[in-house]
Amino acid sequence: MKLTGAQVIWETIIQQGTNVVFGYPGGAILPTYDALVDYQDRVHHVLVRHEENAALAADAYFRATGKVGVCMATSGPGATNLVTGLANAMMDSSAVVAITGQVASYLVGSDAFQETDVTGVTLPITKHNYLVMDVNDLPQVMAEAFYIARSGRPGPVLVDICKDVQQKMVDYEPITNVQMRGYRAIKPHGRQDIPALLQRAKELIDHARRPVILAGQGIKHGNAHEEFRAFVEKSGIPVATTLLGIGVLSEDHPLNLRMMGMHGEAYVNQAIANADLLIALGMRFDDRVTGNLKTYAKNARVIHVDIDAAEINKNVPADVGIVASVKDVLRELTPMIEKRSYPAWMEQINEWRADTQARDVLNVELPDDMLLAPHVMRAIWEETKGECTICTDVGQHQMWETQYFQHTRKNQLITSGGLGTMGFALPAAIGAKFGRPDDEVWAIAGDGGFQMSIPELATVMQENLDIKIAIINNNFLGMVRQWQELMHNHRYSAVEMWTPDFVKLAQAYGMCGMRATNLKEAREVIRRAREHKGPALIEFVVEKETNVFPMIQPGKSLNEMTRRPIQPAALGGGMEFMKEKAR
Amino acid sequence: MLIDRIEARKNPTKHTLVALVENKPGVLNRVASLMRRRNFNIESLAVGTTEDPTVSRMTIVIDASRTNAALVERNLYKLVNVIDVQDVTNLPTVVRELALIKVRVSDAQHRGEIKQIADMFQSRVVDVAKESVIIEVTGEEQKVDSILNVLQDYGILEVVRTGRIAMTRG
Repeated sequence: MKLTGAQVIWETIIQQGTNVVFGYPGGAILPTYDALVDYQDRVHHVLVRHEENAALAADAYFRATGKVGVCMATSGPGATNLVTGLANAMMDSSAVVAITGQVASYLVGSDAFQETDVTGVTLPITKHNYLVMDVNDLPQVMAEAFYIARSGRPGPVLVDICKDVQQKMVDYEPITNVQMRGYRAIKPHGRQDIPALLQRAKELIDHARRPVILAGQGIKHGNAHEEFRAFVEKSGIPVATTLLGIGVLSEDHPLNLRMMGMHGEAYVNQAIANADLLIALGMRFDDRVTGNLKTYAKNARVIHVDIDAAEINKNVPADVGIVASVKDVLRELTPMIEKRSYPAWMEQINEWRADTQARDVLNVELPDDMLLAPHVMRAIWEETKGECTICTDVGQHQMWETQYFQHTRKNQLITSGGLGTMGFALPAAIGAKFGRPDDEVWAIAGDGGFQMSIPELATVMQENLDIKIAIINNNFLGMVRQWQELMHNHRYSAVEMWTPDFVKLAQAYGMCGMRATNLKEAREVIRRAREHKGPALIEFVVEKETNVFPMIQPGKSLNEMTRRPIQPAALGGGMEFMKEKAR
Repeated sequence: MLIDRIEARKNPTKHTLVALVENKPGVLNRVASLMRRRNFNIESLAVGTTEDPTVSRMTIVIDASRTNAALVERNLYKLVNVIDVQDVTNLPTVVRELALIKVRVSDAQHRGEIKQIADMFQSRVVDVAKESVIIEVTGEEQKVDSILNVLQDYGILEVVRTGRIAMTRG
């Protein structure tokens, strides 16, 4: 059938199973928005207030559904505004297709109005990108874009489409089978003898006495939760997850030690530091996970399974490296291994864990004039019974959320990991809500990150999205302040933040706004927010200068953690140390 | 082959990668961008067409003492437009480089001497002017280095080297 380029774009999006597009119109993408009028019954377009948030929402939509997230913007500034969101999707391996308008093909290279070399700009932050200057290429390019985005290690793909290409006619047939010369979803380099590698892995597992599984997001992307749980339960090996690996195994599972790394609980990192075997599944040994590589798990053999060949031996050398999906590997490996348990090893880990529990911030009984972020996280968890999708921003609250919210549901947490994009939570909650309309969705942000995404409150209202927003307000860029306190000798530089009256701000947007300054109020407003039909925003006014512990400072080893102090309440003492410090 | 082995021994850190890539606009940019982004050091990069007009061939030389060649290989292979990558360092390979060298000549005697040197290196004088000649030399890098070294005394005005190209034997 004969279609315009613009119609081809929408036809492909629908054919690929995505029914929401986050975007912002403008000159060079006008023909596509014109065509949208005829597709509105099949695709819902969400008008964001800044293109960055379109990309972030599309990213979160992918994480919530497994379907490719789509964002759209015009040429020039529209497209460059996508950059942070695309970089976020690249770092966290999210399947996103970004469609940008470009000036007409005969103007390309002439510095035309709103012309930017967007494929050049986004080259290092996309899995692949295209500039389409001939409408005859468009059907194939669109199909390839979706295929590349979601296959193998997912990632963002940008398609920059000249305005005249959107207007011209082309013969269109839906493309269901994409064949590409250089691209394959899994591209191991050289020949892999998988049975031999699995046999070697089995032998390492058989001989291990102190093994730990390092579980990453690859398990989610490959939808290998069931295979993973079966492997964990048969092998009896304790699991540490990465930040993005949270949600691959319920955190109330007895073998789930929870999150590892810079702000992981001490016993988790102690287990890894003392392990004799690490089984890394779908994770990439990020520096926030390993600390100092020279001292990282020195006595451990390493089995590393990743779908991306370039991750094997990148940071940590693997004794057995397998380029494959975790699902395929575990289907083979689980039947090969013996059912085992490690009582002595678990006893040791539990000993470390008991010490961690003695230092738990929640042991502190808060007075009426004080609220701490960890208590807020726990209160949200208790009030929701953990039955919700959480989107966090970046910084202290993000780490406290991982520590004090027990994630029991599959893929429950959506957060910006690799890039650490402030302003992620609110657009992510918008994307997640479209992906999971029946789910209770919470956006949790600090006062800094939230102020980066305030404009999207209008999107929430326009779309009438039932999202609960929690702002953890300490009037500081808390994590930066923490680093300045600990690593820059308490010299605070550009971290103190004036904030607006968030309750009035919510009201200005026609949203239910509430504030809590102590735990009793916190529980009360969480309850009221949940009862309220429609969006609600809560400001939690928390202590200004508290730190996230434990912490592995940059460049330090896993066993050089800065621990939480033994909590005074547990010792029956005062709590001066938690209060704002005298300067 | 013997020469190749000697060369490999001389330069144990130099790795030669041969990449077949789709002959499309921007592919060289993608490869160069990857090298820059990953902080990979490349010694030389030569690109040209092949027997298949839709495929280009890149020969990339890496100093493996500074850059992990296996990582370069795998990252290259990951690029959507890259069809194949092979590290030919330890394979029997014909390795060549072409250089054009413009040398100053002050009198006829010099010209004769330079011609002799060119002959000794099995290279050719491809341009003769009043005050300079251009020599075309083909061979492995050491050969090019050697003739450059010898010609230095006459005054080298300009040099262009193509960078290494390689093809496995057999």
